[in-house]
Amino acid sequence: MTATVTAGNRRAEAWSGFAGTLWRDRIDVRDFIQANYTPYEGDATFLTGPTDRTLAVWEKVSALFPEERAKGVLDVDTAIPSTITSHAPGYIDPERELIVGLQTDAPLKRAIMPNGGLRMVENGLRAYGYEPDPFVTKVFGTYRKTHNDGVFDAYTAEMRAARKAGIITGLPDAYGRGRIIGDYRRVALYGTDRLIAAKRAERALLDARPSTPDAIREREELAEQVRALGELTRMAASYGRDVSRPAATAHEAVQWLYLGYLAAVKEQNGAAMSLGRTSTFLDVYLQRDLAEGIIDETRAQELVDDFVIKLRIVRFLRTPEYDALFSGDPTWVTESIGGIGTDGRPLVTRTSFRFLQTLYNLGPAPEPNLTVLWSPRLPAGFKEFCAQVSIDTSAVQYESDDLMRPRTGDDTAIACCVSAMAVGKQMQFFGARVNLAKALLYAVNGGRDEMTGDQITPQTAPLVGEYLDYEELLAAYDRTLDWLAETYVNTLNVIHYMHDKYAYERIEMALHDHPVHRFMACGIAGLSVAADSLSAVKYARVKVIRDATGLAVDFKTEGEFPAYGNNDDRADMLAVDLVESFMAKVRKHPTYRDAEHTQSVLTITSNVVYGKHTGNTPDGRRAGQPFAPGANPMNGRDRHGVAASALSVAKLPYEQARDGISLTTTITPEGLGHFPEERAGHLVGIVDAYMASGGFHMNVNVLNRAVLEDAMEHPEKYPELTIRVSGYAVNFVRLTREQQLDVISRTFHGSL
Amino acid sequence: MTEAVLKALTAGRIHSWDLSTGVDGPGTRFVLFVSGCPLRCLYCANPDTWHMRDGREVTVDEVMAEIEKYRGFVTVAGGGVTLTGGEALLQPTFTAAVLRRCKEAGLHTALDTSGFLGIRATDELLADTDLVLLDIKSFEVNTYRKLTGGELTPTLNFATRLDRLGIPMWIRYVLVPGWTDDPEAVDGLARFAAGLGSVDRVDVLPFHKLGAHKYDALGIPFPLRDTPAPDPELTERVREQFREQGLRAL
Repeated sequence: MTATVTAGNRRAEAWSGFAGTLWRDRIDVRDFIQANYTPYEGDATFLTGPTDRTLAVWEKVSALFPEERAKGVLDVDTAIPSTITSHAPGYIDPERELIVGLQTDAPLKRAIMPNGGLRMVENGLRAYGYEPDPFVTKVFGTYRKTHNDGVFDAYTAEMRAARKAGIITGLPDAYGRGRIIGDYRRVALYGTDRLIAAKRAERALLDARPSTPDAIREREELAEQVRALGELTRMAASYGRDVSRPAATAHEAVQWLYLGYLAAVKEQNGAAMSLGRTSTFLDVYLQRDLAEGIIDETRAQELVDDFVIKLRIVRFLRTPEYDALFSGDPTWVTESIGGIGTDGRPLVTRTSFRFLQTLYNLGPAPEPNLTVLWSPRLPAGFKEFCAQVSIDTSAVQYESDDLMRPRTGDDTAIACCVSAMAVGKQMQFFGARVNLAKALLYAVNGGRDEMTGDQITPQTAPLVGEYLDYEELLAAYDRTLDWLAETYVNTLNVIHYMHDKYAYERIEMALHDHPVHRFMACGIAGLSVAADSLSAVKYARVKVIRDATGLAVDFKTEGEFPAYGNNDDRADMLAVDLVESFMAKVRKHPTYRDAEHTQSVLTITSNVVYGKHTGNTPDGRRAGQPFAPGANPMNGRDRHGVAASALSVAKLPYEQARDGISLTTTITPEGLGHFPEERAGHLVGIVDAYMASGGFHMNVNVLNRAVLEDAMEHPEKYPELTIRVSGYAVNFVRLTREQQLDVISRTFHGSL
Repeated sequence: MTEAVLKALTAGRIHSWDLSTGVDGPGTRFVLFVSGCPLRCLYCANPDTWHMRDGREVTVDEVMAEIEKYRGFVTVAGGGVTLTGGEALLQPTFTAAVLRRCKEAGLHTALDTSGFLGIRATDELLADTDLVLLDIKSFEVNTYRKLTGGELTPTLNFATRLDRLGIPMWIRYVLVPGWTDDPEAVDGLARFAAGLGSVDRVDVLPFHKLGAHKYDALGIPFPLRDTPAPDPELTERVREQFREQGLRAL
């Protein structure tokens, strides 16, 4: 170790200079933040660029990316199933790294986690040219049952059929469910000794309860949590860090927090392994060290930069099918930034800026998934900086702090994309989603699948008229959705029972309070297809085309109908009704561990796969064509620009979709105004207006030259790319090549 | 009054409406494209708005019902409503009624016009207009005539009147190589604009050909098909000419 990477002089008393009392006597990170953080209402001018040391570390690990991309995975340890302590320490560059710790003994080398399912591990290995280790296969095939095995033991025939047909899909029954956020800040603030003591106190209360199955399970879980905290301490010690005690400096705070997170990603291959809400917490430590002259701004930024480097190289072994479903190799290391406190002070600090600055210092990247908790009341300087970062990188998403704060409080973080939880107090059972568009076709066909002809739901009478009758269709759809909600919740109950039993998130749950509040996070896909199909039947005439077996396989729509996404209540209210009615149906069915029912309107990128498995729909969508993502209007049917489309989505009631409502918008720089210097202000206005209208989430893509050039070569990837030029809109991929080149040269004139 | 007369007073013909950001006045705006235009600018990007007969008839109430759906959004987003076209002053009664109703609804209003029919804008109409986007196509009389088929003088008179009434203006100047890039003409316009106290800024808009496909669809020739878009150096030079007169030019 060189002098540049020491943690500074450690204080004798880790908490010296900190204010507040409640957090000292109990585990309460929020109280610590509230008592100690310094809101920042200025602009971005204080930020610094990357140091040579940071860049050297980043370049060393980045140099491995091309080979990783070419091969799919760089390397895998096939023999040692990952645990918190399974692997020897690994480094990118031990001389230069400020923040240490890797999932295995080398960067980008993946680990196997067979607790979720052996088959997933074996398929993942074979797909990338590795042979499964015979000993691992023997242990997990013979002696140690996996989550996946347990689920399939308890699935009913109906559940299997629904899963196979793709009416219920993406279920976490063969892989880690994820979407649980450990409160990794606790490791830094309290150290593991104190956390273990607190867990033991919780356990003592449980020991006083009668030994019911619930109490027994909880005692076992708490024992595992204590064990996992011990393993975290040992893993940290292998890197020469003593996390048994609280962090005493900013450098230690970042390092301790990261080691807590690292323990989680060494133990769980969860679909989304989100980080929480750490920037303002860390700011308290950075601010203390800055005030005492222990560090300067350059060092503060490089601690954040180095932390983010580590978050960018989290890797899991997954199958190509899984990656196809989610477009790439995502980990959803979501970090929630900003927001407003219940006392009205913005939770924006200098470190909120520093996290966003990593997109400049290290270049744009999808991970960590930087998520701004937005309110029109956020400080102007921060809003402007966020918008500029969006324009420059398209790497930021926005979620309504004003919708979340009254429900989950001002220490809420997002798991995955849009799932809000009070950090350390709430968790969720991830439930993927059901296909509402396919369900509509089942209603028409009496429960037969339109692709295979198989009977999936209990047999009901198919609709037999030459034209679809709206009232008749609604009644049949209602019955289908009743069946679907019941089957769905029951399926999720099986999955989460088995996940708790065979692949329990020991360290993540050790960083939660006991007892914890649980959500059963259901979800719906194909909302816009279903709403537009209902609209077609209601406002136009839809003729049914049936095959020889009487199966409706196509539709002919005569006349015009309003489409969801144009701020037209006739269509939008059909979508609202679907969200409300499906949520009400889901709520009727009891959940595993009494989890609170929620649902999301989110597909991430799986809308493509759902579309592939869904036949022709009455809205005119052809079989196999992708759905719109999340709550988006169907591609090309929203004809009045981003504001109209956003206002349609904003009508969906968050109270009936508490697991989040996702809108992905794609705006060209030109779409934000003629003049580059005005665009950030305009984008602030759009996000403000969307949130003030009740919108929950907005992905903002501001496309750069590279994206437009890619769209020229691969137009199929950009069906909805619209450019606005002086009062009218054109669909980019429909322009001639010459015009596209014209747009590219004009749009980027002077702005790069 | 008969129903037909009443309707004539409260209805107009429009091409479409849309929402745009940062191109039709400040912020995100509801933009109403009014049908019909007395000019035939060679570079026109919206030939589908030339004829009133091609528009669809709507009442002011219908327009306002649509605008109402966006009132909150555009207000928070720092925008408002813009009437453009075509030429909104070709239907001055309708335009005045929409502007009045927007003001009553507390919306920021903008009128995008060539000024050629400025004489038809009453003082009452202008009192309901928070901002005029005044398109001055050329400052050279003959070029103006060749480029638009109309006369320059009415536009300049309108600009002077707006200044007298104290109505804020953004001058919009479409830069077309070989047509509107003559340094002397630009300087002349810059000096004229600088003499109008109510000009807030000058937008120099590089000519583009994205409306070409509309000409194809309408089966009419696009006269500037072979004219190139201005290069960045030329655009910057023209902006600099406005700045030299103390104007804010983007």
